[in-house]
Amino acid sequence: MMKLLQIELYKIFRRPRTYISFGVVTAIAFIFQLAMKAGGREFFEFGMQDVTDTFNVQGSIINGYLVGYLILQSLLVQIPLLVALVAGDTLAGEANLGTLRLLLTRPISRPQLVLIKFLASSVYTILLILWLAVVALFLSLLLFGTGDMINLKSETFVLLLKDDVMWRYGCAFLFAVVAMTAIAALSLFLSAFADNSIGPIIATMAIVVVLTILSNLELPLFNAIRPYLFTSHMIGWKGFFDDPIPYAAIGKSAMVLVLYILGLVGGTIFYFNKKDISS
Amino acid sequence: MSTPIVEIRNLSKNFKGRQAVDDLSFSIHPGDVYGFLGQNGAGKSTTMRMLLGLIFPDAGQIFINGEEFGNNRRYLLKHIGAIIERPDMYGYLSGRDNLRIMAALTRERIPDSRIYDVLEQVGLRGREKDKVKTYSQGMKQRLGIAIALVHQPDLLILDEPTNGLDPQGIAEMRQLILSLSRDHGKTVLVSSHLLHEIEQVATRMLVLHKGKKIAEGPVTELINPDDMLVDVVTRASAEERVRSSVWGEILVASAGNTMTFKMNAARVPELNKWLVEQGVAVMEIRSKHSLEDYFIAITQ
Repeated sequence: MMKLLQIELYKIFRRPRTYISFGVVTAIAFIFQLAMKAGGREFFEFGMQDVTDTFNVQGSIINGYLVGYLILQSLLVQIPLLVALVAGDTLAGEANLGTLRLLLTRPISRPQLVLIKFLASSVYTILLILWLAVVALFLSLLLFGTGDMINLKSETFVLLLKDDVMWRYGCAFLFAVVAMTAIAALSLFLSAFADNSIGPIIATMAIVVVLTILSNLELPLFNAIRPYLFTSHMIGWKGFFDDPIPYAAIGKSAMVLVLYILGLVGGTIFYFNKKDISS
Repeated sequence: MSTPIVEIRNLSKNFKGRQAVDDLSFSIHPGDVYGFLGQNGAGKSTTMRMLLGLIFPDAGQIFINGEEFGNNRRYLLKHIGAIIERPDMYGYLSGRDNLRIMAALTRERIPDSRIYDVLEQVGLRGREKDKVKTYSQGMKQRLGIAIALVHQPDLLILDEPTNGLDPQGIAEMRQLILSLSRDHGKTVLVSSHLLHEIEQVATRMLVLHKGKKIAEGPVTELINPDDMLVDVVTRASAEERVRSSVWGEILVASAGNTMTFKMNAARVPELNKWLVEQGVAVMEIRSKHSLEDYFIAITQ
C-alpha cells in the first residue's frame, strides 16, 4: 500500500500543474500582506472606530496573527478549488490520459486504487494547508510581528492574548485539513463518473458555491437542511478563535465532515468497482 | 491436449442496445499466437477488455490457466501483459519512469536490471530518460510492449499493436511478436483489422463480425490459398470466352473489363498463359487480400 501511495504521490508532484495551487496561495497571501502593509492601519482605524471610542486600545492591532486570520477568511472559496484541481483529476485525469486502463490491467484491485487516489489527494491537501500556514501565518508574523489578536465579529469582538493564539491556529489548520479532505472526497467521487477532469472540478466548485449560499441564507426554508450541508460545517475552524471555544459545535462539525468523507469515498469505491472502463 | 491458457465460454456484452459481443466462445493454448481479426467495431477490443477485467460481461465465463477470472482477477493479472488500443502513458515522465511505475504496480520485486533488459529488448535503450511526450508513435508502442513484458507474463494481449506505425515500425512489431512467441515462449493474443497482419504472425485465428464468431482455426486452414480472390483486368471484355472454358467455374464476378476469380494463387501464371494464348490482352493481375474480400470469400 505504501509503495502504491508513493507512486501516486510521485505522479502528482512530478506534474507542473500541481504547483499552481501552491503558487496561487503564495500570491494571494503576498498581495494581501502587501496591501495590509501599505494601507492596513487606516483601514483598521476606520473598522475599529466603535471599539476605540469605548476602549483604550494600545499596541499593534495589525499583527501577524490578525493578518493571518484575515487571509484564511479570504481564501474560503479558493482553497476548495485548489483541492479540486488535483482531487478531481485523480480518476478522470487518468481516464482522459488513457492510463486508467493501463493501471487496471495490473494486479491491483479497484477499491485499492480508489483508496490510494484518496490518500494521495489527502496528502496533497495536507501539504497545501501546511503551505497555507507557512505563507499566511508565519510570513505574516515575520512581516507584522506578534501581538494580541482582535477577532472582529459583526456585533462584538474577541480579544485573544498573544500567548494564547498559536495553539488555536494549530487546531484551526487541523480542522481545515478535515474540511478540505471532505472537498477532496467529493472531487474524487465526481471524478469516478467522468472521463475528463474539467467536469469534476467545475462540478465540485458548483456544489461548494451553491451549498455555501444555502448554508448562509437565513431563510426558514433552509433551516431544516442547513445542519446536514457540509458547507455549514467547513467554517468550523473559526470557532477556535472564539472565547470560550465552542468545542461541542466544532466536534459536531468535524463529525459531519468525517461522515461525508466516509460516505463519499465509500460511494466512489462502490461505483468504480462496477464501472466499465471504456476510455 | 494442454489446459488452455485462455478459455472463453459464451461471452456476451451489450452496450445500450448494441450487441458488442454475442455468445462468443474460443480457447487459446500455450504457445499460440492467436489472431483476432475483425473490422473496426467487430468486438475485438471489447472482448480483450473483458479478458482483462476492464469491462464486465453480461453473460459468459472467462478462464485463465483453468481458473475463473472473475474470482481471481488480481492473481491472474500477474500472468498477463497487455496493450489495449493506444499505448497511453504519462507524457510528463520519462520512458524509464513509466516502466518503473507499471513494474511496481505488478506487486512483484522487479530489479532495475530487468527494466533495462526489457528496454533493450524493445529497442529503447538510449532514450529511456527522455520524456514520453517526445517519443514517436512507434516508440510509444514499443514502450507499451515493454510495460506489457516487464513482469514476464505468460500471456500477452496486444490490441492492434501496429496502429499508427510506419511500414518499418509495422515490420519491427511483427518481428517482435514472432520473437516473443518463438524465442521467449510467450502466448500472444493479437488483434487487427488487417488480414495480412494476422496472416504473418498468427498460428491460429478467429474472425469476429458484429460481435459474433464467424470462423476460427489454424491460419493455414482458414486462409486457404484456394480461396484467394484474383482480379484480372483485360483490354476488352473476355468474359464470354472465360465462361465457356474450364476457367468459368472459378469466375465469381465480372464488371466491365475486370474479372474476379476465386482460385489457388499457384494457378495464376497458368490462367495468364491461357488468356494470352486466347489473344486476350491482359493489362493487370492483382490479388485481393483485404479483410472485406476475405469476408466475401469465407461467406460465399
